[in-house]
Amino acid sequence: MLTKDFIRLTGTSLLAHKLRSFLTMLGISIGITAVVLLTSIGEGLYKFVLSEFTQFGTTLVGINPGKVTTFGMSMGVFGSVRPLTISDAEALKQLSFAKSVVPLVQGNAEVEGNGRTRRTTVYGVGSAFPETFSMKVGAGRFLPDDDPTAPRAFVVLGYKVKQELFANTNPLGQRVRIGGDRYRVIGTMEAKGQVLGFDLDDTVYIPAARGLDLFNRDSLMEIDILYKEGTNVDRVVAGIKRILKSRHGRDDVTITTQEQMLKVLGSILNVLTFAVGAIGSISLLVGGIGIITIMTISVNERTTEIGLLRALGAKQTQVLSLFLGEAIVLSAIGGAVGLLLGVGLAQLLHAMLPALPVHTPWTFVMFAEGLAITIGLVAGVLPARRAARLDPVEALRAE
Amino acid sequence: MIKLEKIHRNFQVGDQIVHALDDINIIINDGEYVSVMGPSGSGKSTLLNLLGLLDQPSSGKYYLNGGDVTELDEDRQASTRNKNIGFVFQVFHLIPRLTAAENIELPLVLAGVDEEIRKQRVNHALESMNLMERAQHKPPQLSGGQRQRVAIARATIMEPSVLLADEPTGNLDQKAGLNVIETLEQLNQHGITLIVVTHDEALGARSTRSIRMLDGRIESDNTDNKAG
Repeated sequence: MLTKDFIRLTGTSLLAHKLRSFLTMLGISIGITAVVLLTSIGEGLYKFVLSEFTQFGTTLVGINPGKVTTFGMSMGVFGSVRPLTISDAEALKQLSFAKSVVPLVQGNAEVEGNGRTRRTTVYGVGSAFPETFSMKVGAGRFLPDDDPTAPRAFVVLGYKVKQELFANTNPLGQRVRIGGDRYRVIGTMEAKGQVLGFDLDDTVYIPAARGLDLFNRDSLMEIDILYKEGTNVDRVVAGIKRILKSRHGRDDVTITTQEQMLKVLGSILNVLTFAVGAIGSISLLVGGIGIITIMTISVNERTTEIGLLRALGAKQTQVLSLFLGEAIVLSAIGGAVGLLLGVGLAQLLHAMLPALPVHTPWTFVMFAEGLAITIGLVAGVLPARRAARLDPVEALRAE
Repeated sequence: MIKLEKIHRNFQVGDQIVHALDDINIIINDGEYVSVMGPSGSGKSTLLNLLGLLDQPSSGKYYLNGGDVTELDEDRQASTRNKNIGFVFQVFHLIPRLTAAENIELPLVLAGVDEEIRKQRVNHALESMNLMERAQHKPPQLSGGQRQRVAIARATIMEPSVLLADEPTGNLDQKAGLNVIETLEQLNQHGITLIVVTHDEALGARSTRSIRMLDGRIESDNTDNKAG
């Protein structure tokens, strides 16, 4: 049989039952729509979270005091850990691959200035903070590279704090009180927005040593190192370990590389995308059962036609492929419509809720269509085989 | 030429074995006009299905145009049906969603014949069946006689050597029936072997050879029907 005729014969039998064919396709369409829509949202979320994390660059390494054991609990809770100090941070600066090293301590405190008070997040950091975390100074400058153990009482205000306390007046040179100590404002940050729910603008930055005093701590919460791009991450980790081990006497810190985080995060988000895709697949399965049902009915109704085709010299394989063809056409068209609907709905959702990230990769689209066709194939096999195996004499007699 | 040798066809009905065909031996030469008659259950339909390769004998040999067709596999039998055998049924068996022309075209489509050639042959068939202005009509829009002529056109479009007709006039009024029979006889005069299964004595009497069956056996085989 010529391909053209095959398509024509398949088409006419589907068109002979327009409503039935339409409804069967609809079943598959809804399934594919669900799969595409859900995976688009999942994938959008994936991209969103990943971009949130990588906005600080991928060559960032975080060092936290205490060893995270396989139980995921920091030994730090038992207090048997050497604190991570500012001099540790200074020592790490000698690493050849370290572009910048930032000690970090964080807490909440009241900031008082221009006659107003605001409770905000206070970061005790080093002078390399802006370059390490890709933050930009708006006006003035960031904390200077003072003696890290006895820095001057300077403060840099986050965008929101500056707005709240000083509104439109120039805060540079003004005095503010943080936890009872007086600081001079030497700079303000550009607006940054929220990252994973943290408002990076509702912050003030003071030198790390002063932060430790303010929060009455003897250990930093974290030391962040930005290493030169192209450096092997294992070398970075080994270098950090070597220095801290020689200083602390043992390996009592947790080193988290951005690469590791992305890997873990990526696999979690992939599972999430896969899970929502699987939920969508349930409706696809139902659509597939719809095809089996309709094709079985179709074979029953057209028994005499099958007998006739055999009498006219149709081979069993020809009968098989005709019915299989119908099932595949139903699922392929249904799938294509579902794709359009799914992508369209995803875009519509994104237009209505811009906060909801949506992303439809082409590989998913191809995969979804392939899945639809496969479902048609699998669903069509049983009825088509029944059609092909009918005894022509019996089939012709059926009426 | 058709040659049946010691053909048996048994069916299992419940725990009984029914001998639908019991030791059938026939030779039908090319261009013969044969009627097969007999009461219901005499085995004439089974014989026709067997001749048309829709059914296999339980034992015995069937030679068609010199070759043993009982030995062929499914696909070869299908293509033998397609090329050498035409069927005309009592209930026409036209596909209702296809036009008259498309119904006639079906065997050519199944054989994978080129569209150009198909068109020519279908047009020729429509013309000779006097169906030219009905070409684009679908079966429900045609009269019984027209439908059967479409079916005959379809059965002969591959220019088979044998035409098998199972009660071809059974669903037609007398006038249309006569027209159909005359059409079949015309084809026979052009050389096709025509085998008609019928209850109708008058129809049977028109053939040049009459085979009468009873209980799966050939009761009489009257080679010179008209003279006898």
